Amino acid sequence: MKHTIEMNVNGEAWAVDVAPGETLLEVLREKVGVKSPKIGCERGDCGSCTVLYDGKSVRACLVLAVEAEGHEITTLEGISHDGLTVLQEKMVELSSFQCGFCAPGIVLSVHELLQERPDPSADEVKEAISGNLCRCTGYDPIVDAVLEAARIGPGDRG
Amino acid sequence: MTTTPTAVPTTTAVAGGIGTSPLRPDGIPKVRGEFAFSGDLHEEGMLWGATVRSPHARARILSIDPAPALAIPGVHAVLTQDDVPGRKTCGQAVKDQPVLADGETRFWGEPVAVVAADDAETAARAAAAVAVRYEPLDALTDPGEAERQGSVFRTMHVVNGDPDRRGEVVVEGYYETGTIDQAMLGTEAGLAVPDGEGGVDLYVATQWIHEDHEQLYASLGVEPGAARIHLSGIGGAFGAREDLTLQIHLCMLALHTGRPVKMVLDRAESFAAHVHRHPSRMWYRHEADPDGTLVRVEAKLIFDGGAYQTTSHAVIANGAYFAMGPYHCESVDVVGIATRTNNPPNGAMRGFGAVQVCFAYEAQMDKLAAALGMDPIDLRLRNALDAGDRLPTTGQVIEGAFPVAEVIRSLAAMPLPDAGPGGDPRHLPGGAGLTTTAADIRRGVGFAVGFKNIAFAESFDDYAEARVTLTPDGLLVETAAAEVGQGMVTVLQQIARTATGIEQVEVAFVDTAAIGSAGSTSASRQTQMTGGAVLEAAEAVRDEALRRAGGGTLSGEGVLRDGVVVATLADVLAEGPITELVRFRHPPTTAPSETGQGDLHAGFSVAAHRAVVDVDPDLGLVRVVQVDTAQDVGKALHPAALVGQLEGGILQGVGMAVMEELRIDDGVVRNASFTDYLLPTILDAPDVEAVLIEEPDHWGPFGAKGVGEPPTISSTAAVVAAIRDATGRDLTRAPVRPEDVAGV
Repeated sequence: MKHTIEMNVNGEAWAVDVAPGETLLEVLREKVGVKSPKIGCERGDCGSCTVLYDGKSVRACLVLAVEAEGHEITTLEGISHDGLTVLQEKMVELSSFQCGFCAPGIVLSVHELLQERPDPSADEVKEAISGNLCRCTGYDPIVDAVLEAARIGPGDRG
Repeated sequence: MTTTPTAVPTTTAVAGGIGTSPLRPDGIPKVRGEFAFSGDLHEEGMLWGATVRSPHARARILSIDPAPALAIPGVHAVLTQDDVPGRKTCGQAVKDQPVLADGETRFWGEPVAVVAADDAETAARAAAAVAVRYEPLDALTDPGEAERQGSVFRTMHVVNGDPDRRGEVVVEGYYETGTIDQAMLGTEAGLAVPDGEGGVDLYVATQWIHEDHEQLYASLGVEPGAARIHLSGIGGAFGAREDLTLQIHLCMLALHTGRPVKMVLDRAESFAAHVHRHPSRMWYRHEADPDGTLVRVEAKLIFDGGAYQTTSHAVIANGAYFAMGPYHCESVDVVGIATRTNNPPNGAMRGFGAVQVCFAYEAQMDKLAAALGMDPIDLRLRNALDAGDRLPTTGQVIEGAFPVAEVIRSLAAMPLPDAGPGGDPRHLPGGAGLTTTAADIRRGVGFAVGFKNIAFAESFDDYAEARVTLTPDGLLVETAAAEVGQGMVTVLQQIARTATGIEQVEVAFVDTAAIGSAGSTSASRQTQMTGGAVLEAAEAVRDEALRRAGGGTLSGEGVLRDGVVVATLADVLAEGPITELVRFRHPPTTAPSETGQGDLHAGFSVAAHRAVVDVDPDLGLVRVVQVDTAQDVGKALHPAALVGQLEGGILQGVGMAVMEELRIDDGVVRNASFTDYLLPTILDAPDVEAVLIEEPDHWGPFGAKGVGEPPTISSTAAVVAAIRDATGRDLTRAPVRPEDVAGV
């Protein structure tokens, strides 16, 4: 049984045939072809598949694709555009990741935080990414990058 | 082969050379989500693979009926042991593990059959539909019983010094550590593409493509050149990718179906598919003279290797050789046993046998200090080894830097954080749930020192190849070494830059057909090994360029004399290409004698950790507040990446100390998910301050040492020591559980 859903992914309108049990993560990766949301655990534990659902961060592995009908989905591709956000720039500069598998999810979790709280405290940054696992770093350079990005502000890069 | 760490006068000062922290070349693709991990690969017309795994710790396979799976539309193949075209077994040192189960399954999760289907969901349904009839058999899962039965992979007996030497002060202890998972975020994944001529190209995340290749072509029954392995994007490794998982399965399916086949393991399968850190049982007896001089150490170690050997022989060897820490001792007797059971196989994980023993010997050192009435740091300093000393276990004279005392003193001199957790509930054990209050918290401080060898040991022919080529635009470095996230790619660029004065350096990861082995990305070895190869090759390229130009200094613009370009790189290349392939070897090691004696190791690195914890002793809650470290690094080539290794390794040590453990009942893993196997989140991460001790090593490029493993060796021991300090309990098992802290 297939169902056609219409959703907006990174500003583009998509109509996709999905099965009832398919997750948004599977549909984004295999049907829309957006690969930045990663498959880390498929049960909401690791945050590697974090995307924005009408601007709010969700685990794409815990959202059924049919729930995306009529909604706006933003992945990392949708906020990176052609360049880097200040946050991304700082994350590269400050060695905030190593293997980089967690990076897309963390960028989106922090992106959401900075939209709501442009000048967060270190504890607020930690809370915002407490659902994103990173196995390579000790998380410290991620917090440094977020605070540095917040200090500079987004400028015209969003 | 010795590289003298001296300044290079024939190059200009170059941006992004060693000692600076340039941006990693894969940084922008990774932070933009464009970096292709092995799970992101795609090929037109590809099928998806899935694996049938044993639900039993041990069982006889009575029959395998593929028909129900093949009846599902879209299923293209079901393959079993009978379909393995070449050698039916695989493994690193010993080929004892069936590629697919051989009539008996010996651990929970062992691959029994593989399937290929049109999409991932159909493949998963097909795997579930393969009808396997099992007759469960008694499983041997207790390592003690395995030892009694003689079911062992390797028994070590390391003996040195006068066996009758006795000390007046004696402490004994029994310690255990649990099974730990690497839990790299990217699960095992790969894509096999048949070439239409009986050969196959495999794109996979692994730590050593050449070792994989040796095992792969033998089991496929093809010529070496007909199977090629290409490194694809790796989402962390930490030892988990040192053994084969899905490599042969993918290629079998691709060759059988004639179609590209992709496989991505889910998290539960990943826990079953790769090896883990050996659980351990360790008995210790330390004897000292009244002045604190350690005179005799006896130890018996049992590391459970699980069902197949993988690297158990080498892990137990490390356990035995490093069983008493970086300390002098006149007399040593260590027995190390790697048992064979029906538990999931254990093998490589960051620290590789040195972690378990460090947990035990550092607890013993604290216990001994208490028995002597000595300060525990003074006791360690009194017995600290130094370069030129003999290791009390193997008798090897330590070459290169080995600044044990300086590491200890530097760490002890670092300031401690403010006393108490303060008023913010987020900083209390148990977090903002307000489970406890500041008044119920006791603070503890613990100290531990650990060490380990760098690179491969025991006479293994350990080498790394790298090719450096001058191009009109700069340098091309080619290697088969695995960049697993640690930042080797940047370090190789830096080494090539400093060696040549040319800033523009591209690092290309090439396949098994294009270059010789770089060895494994393990044993903290790539900075020194592939880094050593790149340094020699880059120096040779530089010298040839300068020879052609008639001397001067090299830069990205060309050859300079008196600050003027006399030949561009293109000019230099006019008479032909300049390319240099180097196979780099570290100083040779010997095989151990029957008593574990010999020059078994190429070099060593030492680190120390001091942990500060806040504990609610009634509720068993622990918060690791701070873990400071001093580490012997030789020379910091990329300080930011180096500190990243220290912080990340410490957090893995914190995980092993207080939250991570694979729970295995009668051979069956009960918590194969991140819901139940807890990893440290950012809220569990301590603050870290690090002191880098830079004493040049005897063979690393520019004096550098590998730095990846020491952060994980003594951090667990330090955290548990801190919890002991806070609670007064013995805590002889890692991870420490709430009930251990609360004493219930």
